[in-house]
Amino acid sequence: MEPNNNTGIQGANKMPGTGTSDIPQSAVRNPQSFVVLTGNPNSGKTTLFNALTGLRARVGNYAGVTVERKEGKLRGTPEGTDITILDLPGTYSLSPQSLDEQVARDVLFQRLPEVPAPALVVVVVDASNLERNLYFATQVIELGHPTFVALNMMDVAEQNGHLIDTDDLAKALGVPVFPLVASASQGLDELRRAIVQSVKGGTKRVLPRLFCELPEGFGREIDTLAQSLKKSFNQRQTSAHAEALLVLCDEKFLLGSAGYYSDEIKNAVAETRKRLEAAGVDWRSASIEARYARISAMQQAVTTDSGAGQETFSDRVDRIVTHKFWGMVVFIGIMALMFLTIFTVAKWPMDWMQSAVTWFGDKVGAMIPPGDLQSLLVKGVIQGVGAVVVFLPQICLLFLFIGLLEDTGYMARAAFLMDRLMSKVGLHGKSFIPMLSSFACAIPGIMATRTIETPKDRLVTILVAPLMSCSARLPVYALLIASVFPHRAVMASITMLSMYLLGIVVALLMAWLFKKTLLKGGTPMLVMELPPYKRPLVKTVMRHMWDRSKLFLQRAGTVILGICIILWFLATYPKHPEISQKFATEKASLEKSFGEKPTEEQKAQLSSLEIQESGEKLRQSFAGKMGRGLEPFIAPLGFDWKMGIGIISSFAAREVFVSTMSTVYNVADSDDKEAHTKALAQVLREQKKPDGTPVYTTLTSISLMVFYVLALQCVSTVAVVRRETNSWKWPVFQWVYMGVLAWVLAFVTYQGGRLLGLG
Amino acid sequence: MPGPVQPLSSLPLGAAATITEIKVPPEHRGRLLEMGLLTGTTVQLVRFAPMGDPVEIKVRGYNLTLRRNEAELIMVQPK
Ligand SMILES: Nc1nc2c(ncn2[C@@H]2O[C@H](COP(=O)(O)OP(=O)(O)OP(=O)(O)O)[C@@H](O)[C@H]2O)c(=O)[nH]1
Repeated sequence: MEPNNNTGIQGANKMPGTGTSDIPQSAVRNPQSFVVLTGNPNSGKTTLFNALTGLRARVGNYAGVTVERKEGKLRGTPEGTDITILDLPGTYSLSPQSLDEQVARDVLFQRLPEVPAPALVVVVVDASNLERNLYFATQVIELGHPTFVALNMMDVAEQNGHLIDTDDLAKALGVPVFPLVASASQGLDELRRAIVQSVKGGTKRVLPRLFCELPEGFGREIDTLAQSLKKSFNQRQTSAHAEALLVLCDEKFLLGSAGYYSDEIKNAVAETRKRLEAAGVDWRSASIEARYARISAMQQAVTTDSGAGQETFSDRVDRIVTHKFWGMVVFIGIMALMFLTIFTVAKWPMDWMQSAVTWFGDKVGAMIPPGDLQSLLVKGVIQGVGAVVVFLPQICLLFLFIGLLEDTGYMARAAFLMDRLMSKVGLHGKSFIPMLSSFACAIPGIMATRTIETPKDRLVTILVAPLMSCSARLPVYALLIASVFPHRAVMASITMLSMYLLGIVVALLMAWLFKKTLLKGGTPMLVMELPPYKRPLVKTVMRHMWDRSKLFLQRAGTVILGICIILWFLATYPKHPEISQKFATEKASLEKSFGEKPTEEQKAQLSSLEIQESGEKLRQSFAGKMGRGLEPFIAPLGFDWKMGIGIISSFAAREVFVSTMSTVYNVADSDDKEAHTKALAQVLREQKKPDGTPVYTTLTSISLMVFYVLALQCVSTVAVVRRETNSWKWPVFQWVYMGVLAWVLAFVTYQGGRLLGLG
Repeated sequence: MPGPVQPLSSLPLGAAATITEIKVPPEHRGRLLEMGLLTGTTVQLVRFAPMGDPVEIKVRGYNLTLRRNEAELIMVQPK
């Protein structure tokens, strides 16, 4: 047995000759050389990671959880050295409060089989916020991995008038410290060289130490517990003392390590706590207080305050940006700008992509002889997937804005401003931006919920976000509104606004309801940092956008493709040769009547025949049959089977409703969207029931809109929710609850309206 | 002259004070402590959000937000 464990907790004093006792020397070095990057949120970790790895990062998830895993190869290393850097999620301490933090801790404790043991840990420390950052850094150093401290944001610290002596800090911490300005690539070379050297030559493990002077009795308890830990795990790389401290002082550590500790250890912990309580020691806070005491002293010893900058730049900006009145003005302004840009700027690439899809479909159509294969590729795959993919520019722009808001530090301010509102329904201020983004598209919104710490709150936000009217619903609203209020702009605007309001109100109510029932939980605590404002780096923001968009395409791609093929099948089969034949004869006789050169009128007749043919085929297809089958269920909402076809086909994306209705009613498609909507709206208006009354009454159209506000008619959302919640359970639940809600509210709208004598 | 002990939320805007007691239940206290809010720490009340909640404070040189009801459980003594 090691004779010197009692000294293992005597602060950061080196233990001459005995320091290695805590950690086996046989630490297996991974041949692949694995370096882990960790640090507080907003310490500049991502910026450093990008600078070290360039553009070759791989982004994925940790197995079984939706925590982002980012790794890349260290750039600029000598030939033959292959170093992988893993960027851990931002973490405030080793006592995790969120899934992100838990994963970070588990990696540092080597509990994830998929992550190799680190050859080196680089802790990023924000020099402008030294004390709080050192809290985590000292915890990590204690673990005993070979460790570097990357002292980032040196420029900000200097601006704020703090000069830090890095040599002194290195001495105090017992590990190398590298001063950096990651955003300006300053100090990177030294760090990179040191990483290579360390990985190649093997840095000595850090001598075991604890950065907190504990009361005597407490220290002895930690020793004892460390001994038992050591006995129960013989293959360990992390310091038993550091682990003992965490296991003992963090109430949730044992709970969050299910199946990891033996009952023996658990009992020992419980008894130790009891003994400490009896001795009047608060085991929850003693180590935190001792650590901060140590850090405060350290910080004072290594920093010289130039006295400049009592009020930082951020403080001055915040006086306006979080001001009672101007803060709201700025907030609304930023949000308005965001939406304006998304809706105006995204329009061009979207139109462009639309034409590209059409062009591509035509090209492929020309290459393959007419038949099932051609129809599958052109109508099913290209047009179907195209209908979803045209939203990509909008999605990318939203990612861009969210990235900008995050990187500048404004995101936290938005959460600060909106928290009151969100806490009324039991949510956190951080749920606001994801929900707001969903007005353009729910996908970036849902993907942005990862910053919400509490899993339940994140889930509730995901569940209600798609209730916000996204831009794919706009064409549907536009068509239906044009069909009932063709010449009444005021009524049209009021209706449109009501649809948006309906989504908001229902979303808030449902959030409140979920928090009260299914996902019960108090309003989460709000202990949120307002990081200093930073100038965002174009590279970082662009990369963020690129990573997210790629992730979306990878995640949703196959599901979208699958659904599009199914929908194509439903709309194409069964085949009715007699329809084709009938139209073929008609076309033939029409063509015979043409002279050498068909007139424009004759050409129009021909294409009208073709439109009629595809309409007839659709009406006779499985989709048509399903529409008819659906009719008894949707008749109480005022819908007929043709609308049923529209509802089925728009499952891929809501706006497909418009093109399907145009096929159903034999309306020629046109490049001029506005004209097309008008023409189709006109046709809808003219539809009569057998008894001569109109099909699309005001009430029916409104009921249909209500249905579209609430139903989850979007494969991409379903696919992304599946990915973000890691199971089919939640997307299925969401699809069903929104469907039920849509049916019920459309029913209430239609039947209520009839009772009131409307429609 | 140190003032009377009072909840953090009732400090005048901009005033600095020393934490004397944290009455948050132990199971929720952990993160507050880890963020550096300890008995004896100096804090400054910076502002309230436009809708009156949450509250922004400055502690150990950085800015942190808390809900008003959390801030009410942190007792301070003005400096
Ligand atoms: N002035 C200055 N800004 C920096 C420095 N390093 C990073 N930044 C900026 O600080 C902001 C936050 O940096 P990130 O790299 O996103 O921080 P992070 O630690 O990854 O934050 P999370 O993603 O929240 O964990 C960005 O706007 C960076 O451009 C630096 O050394 N000096």
